[in-house]
Amino acid sequence: MEPFTRLTSRTVVLPAANIDTDQIIPARFLTTTTRAGLGERLFADWRYDEHGARRAQFVLNQPAAAGCRILVAGANFGCGSSREHAAWALIDHGFRAVISTEIADIFRNNALKNGLLPLTVAEPTAAWLLAHPGAALTIDVEHGTLTLPAGEIVSFPLEPFARHCLLEGLDGLGFLLSRAAEIDAFERRT
Amino acid sequence: MARAPQTLFDKVWQRHEVCPESTATPAVLYVDLHLIHEVTSPQAFALLRERGLTVRRAERTLATMDHSTPTRTAQVFGGAPIAIDAAAQIHELEQNCARYGIELLGLTHGQRGIVHVIGPELGLTQPGETIVCGDSHTSTHGALGALAFGIGSTEVAHVLATQCLLQRKPRRLAVNLSGRLATGVTAKDLILAIIARLGISGGTGHVLEYRGETIDALDMEERMTVCNMSIEAGARAGMIAPDETTFAYLAGRPRAPAGEDWERALACWRELRTDPGASFDREVAMDAAAIEPMITYGTNPGMVIPIGGQIPQRPGDAVFARALEYMGLSAGEPIKDHPVNVVFIGSCTNSRLSDLRTAAAVLRGRRIASGLTMLVVPGSQQVKRAAEAEGLDRVFLEAGAEWRESGCSMCLGMNGDVVGRGQYAISTSNRNFEGRQGAGARTLLASPLTAAASAVRGRVTDPRELG
Ligand code: SF4
Repeated sequence: MEPFTRLTSRTVVLPAANIDTDQIIPARFLTTTTRAGLGERLFADWRYDEHGARRAQFVLNQPAAAGCRILVAGANFGCGSSREHAAWALIDHGFRAVISTEIADIFRNNALKNGLLPLTVAEPTAAWLLAHPGAALTIDVEHGTLTLPAGEIVSFPLEPFARHCLLEGLDGLGFLLSRAAEIDAFERRT
Repeated sequence: MARAPQTLFDKVWQRHEVCPESTATPAVLYVDLHLIHEVTSPQAFALLRERGLTVRRAERTLATMDHSTPTRTAQVFGGAPIAIDAAAQIHELEQNCARYGIELLGLTHGQRGIVHVIGPELGLTQPGETIVCGDSHTSTHGALGALAFGIGSTEVAHVLATQCLLQRKPRRLAVNLSGRLATGVTAKDLILAIIARLGISGGTGHVLEYRGETIDALDMEERMTVCNMSIEAGARAGMIAPDETTFAYLAGRPRAPAGEDWERALACWRELRTDPGASFDREVAMDAAAIEPMITYGTNPGMVIPIGGQIPQRPGDAVFARALEYMGLSAGEPIKDHPVNVVFIGSCTNSRLSDLRTAAAVLRGRRIASGLTMLVVPGSQQVKRAAEAEGLDRVFLEAGAEWRESGCSMCLGMNGDVVGRGQYAISTSNRNFEGRQGAGARTLLASPLTAAASAVRGRVTDPRELG
């Protein structure tokens, strides 16, 4: 996994609240047994019509979205199913961060395990971001800051272990394995 | 010194802490039971192999297949072809289980079923356990007083490799319920009303504990329906303190403790109830006696109204307007009497024997409306056999419904059991997201009682009015 220290990118905006993981990747694409190649299926039912043709008006199909690595979305992003395929699809498409006022628990965990930053901001910042698609932002993971185009710096909460894992490109399994002696002791105790 | 009063959650959490959390690191939490299925496990096993790891405690892991498996008897037992992708997932799970020595209740096994139905049914789900599965409705198992929650595939790999998870301690939210449910009102209506009250992200970051006389009066299967949909309020887990109802349910189940072990377990389980004076981070109170049969009208489970009510008006709310457009419904109009094309009785929310009995009682001696498709999919092969033993299958078939083998089926439409584009389905499942039951499908979530009554009339029907 690629370490995540700093990122500068323009944003793509999906203003809807409560975007669930069934929208991020519909269940019929979960028939895969690998993690690769899900980017093509990202937001499939919004991106393609029933004949598989791209819907020109959907934001990810517009030229301005090309190369954008930050997704800004309405509140409660990633609710619903625990499918990690949602995080895999976002990453495979090229996203590295999702910004919202609120991000659902399981999606947040899954994102962090894959180096995708779930970034929560307060309402006024979110409202500004939602109203300014394509804004160029800089994310600094080490300092937990988001720099807006005018230079304003907003700090965002990031759990210390999550920060460590992002900076080092880790998913936490190494840390768990390093606790083998404690796990052995626990199993003997119980 | 007397210890501070604790909640049910606190007790279960504390008993599973391998390493407590610190500012720098989350807690290492031990997992008693790990349930896996064919859709979210392949990538986890691949991760094990990439890192050169193996399964730490195969005997604490149980595999089944439910999400992408067919429900047609000819495909399950008769050798009729299965979709290539599903067959590949089934094959991969078989191989992984064989390689790592994990017990598998495979496609033709008599105890196979939806993972959240078979855990309690086998007596594997027990009070005070920690249970995880790569599936968000793992919250179901909390009905027996377990701390049970859904995880992603990378975390499935973590549990396979270490039998542990890294977790920050969630906050505690008490849902205090008073009053008895009225006639025609079920546990499904109760949880839909709770979701309406909390909002679909109201439980984020929290573990819910459902408490009070309403809950005490529910049987185990009803409690499972309630805990099942905790995730629809954003909570990863929902719990109910174990009591005599729980113990009676577990007694004699194949994987429950027996003999002296049972007595020891019982003594332990009785300690789990939330202590008087224990504090929660948040509490909400609701009068359950006032709840009516509930039905969703929109594209998330919080968009729900009493069945006799009107679809709300939210002028200026573009997301709301878009949801209604998808549903083909208008603000201000009643939902009752709206035509329905499909009825689905099934899913880990409402596919247990009591749910099937409820639906069959409505359909006995009646026929479903002409042109309507009705699918009844039992939650497990054991539920299926039990239902057949009391003739419920014949009631459904004579009414014109289809009677299938167990699985997730039309709850998520992965196996080809889908609702057509633009069609209206009354479903006893738990999610009405856009496309959940098939691309363009329009889902109305309701209880088995409401679903069966609506099947008879071909329209959204208040079960209390069917007569
Ligand atoms: S029945 Fe539906 S909600 Fe339950 S486990 Fe299966 S797909 Fe998930």
